[in-house]
Amino acid sequence: MMKQDLEPQLMKNGGTIDLSLVESLGYDEFSRCLLAEVKGGGRVAALFGVPGIGKNDDLELFALMARDRHATISVYRTEVGSSFPSLAGSCPQLQLFEREIAEQYGVTPTGHPWLKPVRFHRVWQGETDVWGRPLDQHPLPGDMEFYRVEGDGVHEVAVGPVHAGIIEPGHFRFQCYGEMVMHLEISLGYQHRGIEPMLLGGPHPFTMAQMETIAGDTTIGHGLAYCQVIEALSGCVVPERAQSIRAMALELERLANHVGDIGALAADVGFLPTASFCGRLRGDYLNLSAALCGSRFGRGLVRPGGVLFDLDTTLASEVQTRINAIEGNTMGALDLFFDAPSVLSRLEGSGHLSRSVAEDLGLLGVAAKACGVPRDSRFFHPTGVYQQLFDELITEETGDVKARAHVRYREVIASIDLLRRIGTTLPAGPVMAPVGPLKANRLAVSLVEGWRGEVAHIGMTDAGGLLRRYKIVDPSFHNWSGLAMALRDEQISDFPLNNKSFGLSYCGFDL
Amino acid sequence: MLDIISERFRQGFRTGKFPLEEPKLPPRFRGMVQFSGGCAAGCRACEQLCPFGACAVREGKMALDLGRCLFCADCPACPQGRITFGNDYRLAVRSRQDLLYSGGEYPLAQPLEPARLKLLGRSLKLRQVSAGGCNGCEADCNVLGTLVFDLGRFGIQFVASPRHADGILLTGPVSENMRSAVLDTYEAVPGPKVVIAVGACAVNGGPFVHSSETNQGLDTLLPVDLYIPGCPPQPYTILDGLLRLLGRREQRG
Repeated sequence: MMKQDLEPQLMKNGGTIDLSLVESLGYDEFSRCLLAEVKGGGRVAALFGVPGIGKNDDLELFALMARDRHATISVYRTEVGSSFPSLAGSCPQLQLFEREIAEQYGVTPTGHPWLKPVRFHRVWQGETDVWGRPLDQHPLPGDMEFYRVEGDGVHEVAVGPVHAGIIEPGHFRFQCYGEMVMHLEISLGYQHRGIEPMLLGGPHPFTMAQMETIAGDTTIGHGLAYCQVIEALSGCVVPERAQSIRAMALELERLANHVGDIGALAADVGFLPTASFCGRLRGDYLNLSAALCGSRFGRGLVRPGGVLFDLDTTLASEVQTRINAIEGNTMGALDLFFDAPSVLSRLEGSGHLSRSVAEDLGLLGVAAKACGVPRDSRFFHPTGVYQQLFDELITEETGDVKARAHVRYREVIASIDLLRRIGTTLPAGPVMAPVGPLKANRLAVSLVEGWRGEVAHIGMTDAGGLLRRYKIVDPSFHNWSGLAMALRDEQISDFPLNNKSFGLSYCGFDL
Repeated sequence: MLDIISERFRQGFRTGKFPLEEPKLPPRFRGMVQFSGGCAAGCRACEQLCPFGACAVREGKMALDLGRCLFCADCPACPQGRITFGNDYRLAVRSRQDLLYSGGEYPLAQPLEPARLKLLGRSLKLRQVSAGGCNGCEADCNVLGTLVFDLGRFGIQFVASPRHADGILLTGPVSENMRSAVLDTYEAVPGPKVVIAVGACAVNGGPFVHSSETNQGLDTLLPVDLYIPGCPPQPYTILDGLLRLLGRREQRG
């Protein structure tokens, strides 16, 4: 008999829980709960393996399900042996998580419809490689069975890992009928640096620099997510002034990237005025981050306990003055783009994704919002200054390139407004609080709405207060599948435009 | 059309005057390392305290390896606080040894030798390869193409194929998964060619120097002609390095 009234442990964003309070469920009940959560409007924030803390030293699985409308995250836990029944068929947003677990721990999600390697590394523990690859050598990246379509007029196009611009490496396989893409398969892992295993036994002196370079364009997003985990695990309360400066940096990061991405979209459709203006304006926002902390990407600003750099009155007013000056040029450049009929005819209807596909795949951030799916952890799971200041949940309806561009446009306006309000409500006080040792046997979760979407970090400590598992989920982990689906029935020549409209991270996925 | 023209006037002319004028960098920018005072007798604390192994004490003097240094805002290396970062963005050098700095004059990159300089000095086409970093260095290379820097006016261009290139500009520590692609790309560039390592990762592994999934920089695999340290380097640091390699800045020291 299944329990019908099981009440899982609920966490808040930036919260922590004693591991012993999380009941280990039988796998059947675990899977029933996960599916019920998704059916009830929840989504998978993370599913990951944790070795050797169960009763039989079997691999444990932890699932963190975000209940956006309740501002909570429910936690489930189960044990698995050498295999477990895959849930990917009934819950597609689990498919990559299950493949990741298979690749890391050598356990098989049986019945997985698409069981392929994710990042092409050796198994982290044990003697089993799910794909039977030799254990004594590094796997070859891209060495897997690609989905193939055969027939008259069908051909395959393979691109990458080295691309024709200054772009990160990734491999794309298109199955085409003439110009039309029937299927796109994306194989990544080329940027894999093994970041999660290096966190074990940490935090280490080198950890903060690695968190800031999970994805360099999301330095603040990932850095902040990590700091919130450490603060939760150590019970540190971050001063309000530091919270405000963190939010300024996060919004500046969003502005730089959104403005840069719209400029890149303009370049892809051959609309050069906006492309040129935005290339420069992106730098203006990056230079504001550099004014705050010396680094255009915000390196060195966010640290556990607060921020390393304060704003004096002069700098605070300089930042506001510069934002006012950049705002006019930004809106001029963007309005030109969205007012041009030749641009709109290229963006509208291209790379369409339906709301239901976006929900099934668990898309996040810009890609989800463009399909009318409300996803924004600043709104649903706010921490710090967002609890008071953030109230604008942006969505579009059409799910095409235009919608993805337009979400960015509206987020640019909202972020500039937010920066102003943060600036005028900057509390006085210190910017750093002391961080004590991490508490033993606890789990902490941190969700940060980076510019691409929700960055999720989960930390778990052992009996000695060291990190026994650390899970990182970049929004790109969910969203690459969205790009593959959006390309169906599109012209292959529209791939760059669609790729840019998603604007995903390779290194954030590869870790 | 009129909208576009009027917007163009409103946005103004934005291409910088570099290298005729020095760039204005923010006061908090962390550039060239500076040492204050001398090491306490027998102190070797920095050798343990830098998480990336950038510091060593030699004959009572600190030698800081700029190739390993990430220019951390909270540099933990010297308990006496001897290490600070100044505002000088010029950091590019020609050999790995030149990155070991103990104070005094820093050996900024010298131009290519005459044979390659004659061929490439006025037109350098580079194939950029991204290999296991964080996309930060890539972003700061990309930005050189914007109208602020306008890389093209120096005769330098990033091209789409290694066959069209005079060399490769590599970022990232060379992840194991990118090793063969990097070597293939290098092979595909016709000689004589140049190899440029941009960023702490490409120079020595950067933040991932401890990883078993990455190599410790490009020169473990290929001969490197120009090292540009920084995590990531400021765009002007990269541009300055490229111009020095082509002999365009030697008079300016």
